[in-house]
Amino acid sequence: MYNFDVEKPTSVADAVKALSRDEAQPLSGGQTLIPTLKARLAMPSVLVSLSGIREMQGVRLADDGRLCIGGGTIHRAVAEEAKPHYPGLASLAARIGDPAVRNRGTIGGSVANNDPSACYPAGVLASGATIVTNSREIEADDFFQGMFSTALEEGEIITEVKFPVPEKARYEKFIQPASRFPLVAAFVAKFSDGVRVAVTGASENGVFRWTEAETALSANFSAKALEGLTLDGGSMISDLHGSGAYRAHLVGVMTKRAVLDLV
Amino acid sequence: MPKDGGIGASSKRREDVRFLTGEGNYTDDINLRGQAYVFFLRSDIAHGTLNSVDTSAAESMPGVVKIFTGADFTEVGSIPCGWQVTDRHGEVMQEPRHPVLAFGKVRHVGEPIAAVVAETLGQARDAAEAINVDISELPAVIDMKQAVKEGAPKVHDDLTSNLCYDWGFVEENKAAVDKAFEDAHHVTTLELVNNRLVANPMEPRVAVGDYSRGTGDHTLYTTSQNPHVIRLLMGAFVLGIPEHKLRVVAPDVGGGFGTKIFHYQEEAFCTFAAKACNRPVKWTSSRSEAFMSDAHGRDHVTKIQMALDADNNFTALRTDTYANMGAYLSTFAPSVPTWLHGTLMAGNYKTPLIYVNVKAVFTNTVPVDAYRGAGRPEATYQLERLVDKCAHELGVDPIALRRQNFITEFPYATPVAVEYDTGDYVATMDKLEEIADISGFEARRKESEAKGKLRGFGVNCYIEACGIAPSNLVGQLGARAGLYESATVRVNATGGLVVMTGSHSHGQGHETAFPQVIAEMIGIDESMIEIVHGDTANTPMGMGTYGSRSLAVGGSAMVRATEKIIAKAKKIASHLLEASEGDIELKDGAFSVAGTDKSVAWGDVTLAAYVPHNYPLEDIEPGLEETAFYDPSNFTYPSGAYACEVELDPETGHVTIERFAAADDFGNIVNPMIVSGQVHGGIAQGIGQALMENCSYDSEGQLLSASYMDYAMPRASDLPFYTVDHSCQTPCTHNPLGVKGCGEAGAIGSPPAVVNAVLDAMRSGGKSVDHIDMPVTPQRVWAAMNG
Repeated sequence: MYNFDVEKPTSVADAVKALSRDEAQPLSGGQTLIPTLKARLAMPSVLVSLSGIREMQGVRLADDGRLCIGGGTIHRAVAEEAKPHYPGLASLAARIGDPAVRNRGTIGGSVANNDPSACYPAGVLASGATIVTNSREIEADDFFQGMFSTALEEGEIITEVKFPVPEKARYEKFIQPASRFPLVAAFVAKFSDGVRVAVTGASENGVFRWTEAETALSANFSAKALEGLTLDGGSMISDLHGSGAYRAHLVGVMTKRAVLDLV
Repeated sequence: MPKDGGIGASSKRREDVRFLTGEGNYTDDINLRGQAYVFFLRSDIAHGTLNSVDTSAAESMPGVVKIFTGADFTEVGSIPCGWQVTDRHGEVMQEPRHPVLAFGKVRHVGEPIAAVVAETLGQARDAAEAINVDISELPAVIDMKQAVKEGAPKVHDDLTSNLCYDWGFVEENKAAVDKAFEDAHHVTTLELVNNRLVANPMEPRVAVGDYSRGTGDHTLYTTSQNPHVIRLLMGAFVLGIPEHKLRVVAPDVGGGFGTKIFHYQEEAFCTFAAKACNRPVKWTSSRSEAFMSDAHGRDHVTKIQMALDADNNFTALRTDTYANMGAYLSTFAPSVPTWLHGTLMAGNYKTPLIYVNVKAVFTNTVPVDAYRGAGRPEATYQLERLVDKCAHELGVDPIALRRQNFITEFPYATPVAVEYDTGDYVATMDKLEEIADISGFEARRKESEAKGKLRGFGVNCYIEACGIAPSNLVGQLGARAGLYESATVRVNATGGLVVMTGSHSHGQGHETAFPQVIAEMIGIDESMIEIVHGDTANTPMGMGTYGSRSLAVGGSAMVRATEKIIAKAKKIASHLLEASEGDIELKDGAFSVAGTDKSVAWGDVTLAAYVPHNYPLEDIEPGLEETAFYDPSNFTYPSGAYACEVELDPETGHVTIERFAAADDFGNIVNPMIVSGQVHGGIAQGIGQALMENCSYDSEGQLLSASYMDYAMPRASDLPFYTVDHSCQTPCTHNPLGVKGCGEAGAIGSPPAVVNAVLDAMRSGGKSVDHIDMPVTPQRVWAAMNG
């Protein structure tokens, strides 16, 4: 780790100001950032901790029925507090990493990092959530732009994520045995007006919507509807733990299992 | 009724009090006044010519004490290899120089190129980034079969090729073996890989070098399984420090699994640099460094064949193995695929003719050496996978085929040079069939199938060899060391004992089990006995702990020393009791005169030894302290039978271990609880190898599995509750305790059972697959099911 300053603002406004410093980097749980720093793969001059900002904490049900989760809310809190309102999402949060990760990592940190194998992006995209920042609101469909790439501008902070709550939803993941990140995972969300399916862990371009499956499931919400649907392994991640073809196959299996859990 | 003390009691591990309460004293806990820190700049290129190492900018960085490069070590010795193998043509192996810091070339990713000693680790690391290394990259040699081809790039330019040796065993049997294959009724052939592993002890390696200008004494604190071996190898062969001016201390060590046997460059560096800098120098490995600098394990590629007659009797066995040495010869690397592997190829079977060929190969990878089991897991895996394949091809029951070919009479001289003293393979198989509930398997399979899963059952047997010995034999086989063990037993005036053992405990529980033996011999409480180990300054020259040798060899030395103590104590007692020495009996901690009620307590005798007012000074010396060196006459041969039941998800290829049973014969047992713990841990590592662990390089020699993000370690949730049994006991005939060793059996005996079970599950799903390589990852299973 190189030396750096730490700032711990207590308001979003102060955080934005702190992030305007040269080579500043937000710290929101640090489950990726801290290992990166330890390996000397990043050299920020100042880390701006977002954990002291009360307005970015917590889970609440808004008047319009959307579930709003503060950007600085840890996974364990979502697992517990979202359960009565959006059990499918709470279940995703409850299975991220291990207890240490769930007590540190935050939804804002995970979504902003957009690791191609992270869990949350699948939940956010399949729910059609809205990412609220200090300056605007971004639809999930516009937010995720590829591996580790998002619509966020430099210094922009995710203050909240607003989730429309589906009729039912299920996240199925197949873990990579070493890292325990998803090797492939699928989030299936059934709304009254259609089904959304988001897949993480599989694609070279990060989280994506499996639109063929969405169309099929919107017409007929059953595992049978998925029969014959395939994905191209060529654009999938291929590594020690799984070829592109294997990942493409697993997308189908995980999606089917999510549906089977819901029907 | 279980005993509550002495031999056979499950005494709780006394060392766990300090380990579990944070009171242990590990090498990294040692901080010396004025110590500086070293950071090693390691090669990120697998193979290249080292043109220059420019440290000029780094020298003036804040906190830098001194920077070392390979040029500073040209006058010191090579990191030595402790075993010289002679090949099938009578030639000795090719043995390259192994420098402390790379010089001229880099030969694997992770090889240290320069070392920065600085006031803080951060400063050392900063300065290392300012070192300018110029390397001309050369083609890397990674695949063993490519490496030995004509014209392959050479890892060592001064050697004739990348072939370290071409070993044939027993060479004289080769023609007869080949003839038996020509005459065979059936031949089964299997080609397989024994995957490369990283040992991953919980505590990474640490070294602290210290030097006193005032006395000229060197001290090295290090994470070692054998401090005396390090003192001899490093002192005599690398740095030229006589043993009386060098102390090596291996305090509490957090797991070794073999990888802390070897003498490493970092140890020599810290010892050397402490004198050069005139201050203590400390190195603590990061986990990332451990992946690319701790010796790896296994990494064999084998073709094995069995010849059978018309009645399914094994008539001959032959194997061709390529064994990866990595870029240099680690301390015991050459012995692992040869004398610790070829000699075990008979397994539990009376196959009359065996020929083993092993080609050891240099590659641009981290050196490979002994890892829990060292050669015996490789032998067991090949043989027990092959026997299952034989059974499948012949359409016979795998257990019945094994039973038919079991060795049943002991002692048994194998055609691969060793003689098994005792064993009862029928008894362990009977026990296994009982504890594995084989009769209930079909019902469990149906339950799995009802859930859409496949269920498989696999068994294997194993034989292994522990307590490698005797010294004069291993010397003939190429060992550059003796393989005895030592113990000094010091009795204090008030009756307590301190045992200074040459064995080393790094998780084995010596501090608990060794006192149980002496408590039994004297009839006193275990709490009166303390074990001292790990410091060359206060223990007799010993060879340390590996190869499941501590109790069989080190324990035997302790028994011999205690026998001397008892003999002398009886002399003292006979004087105190005014009786003939021959009439003195020792029981329950008291000496009595046979046939009388006259007795004297243990403590009175020990007090007399040190306060010799009433003492036979004309006949014996005061004091009560004895040393013994014990050199066994043979290996010990633990054996057993293991069974694994897996459930396989045919859609994803994911395999879970549902049941695992182990029936072992370890001879006599001192502490059953510790033995069970050893078996549990060994099975966990065996299952890790079979299903998860894989050290993988790409074709350029980059380590792909260089962290826990990609190297899959087994966790508790990956493992079932085991059923272990060690009630089958055929005591070793040639050591005083009748013990055999239990430290490695689990890791040796478990991988074939797991893979045999996976293949059985796949067959039950209608997919006739006769081979899959370890680790049996979901992707590989899925590919095999859909291939």
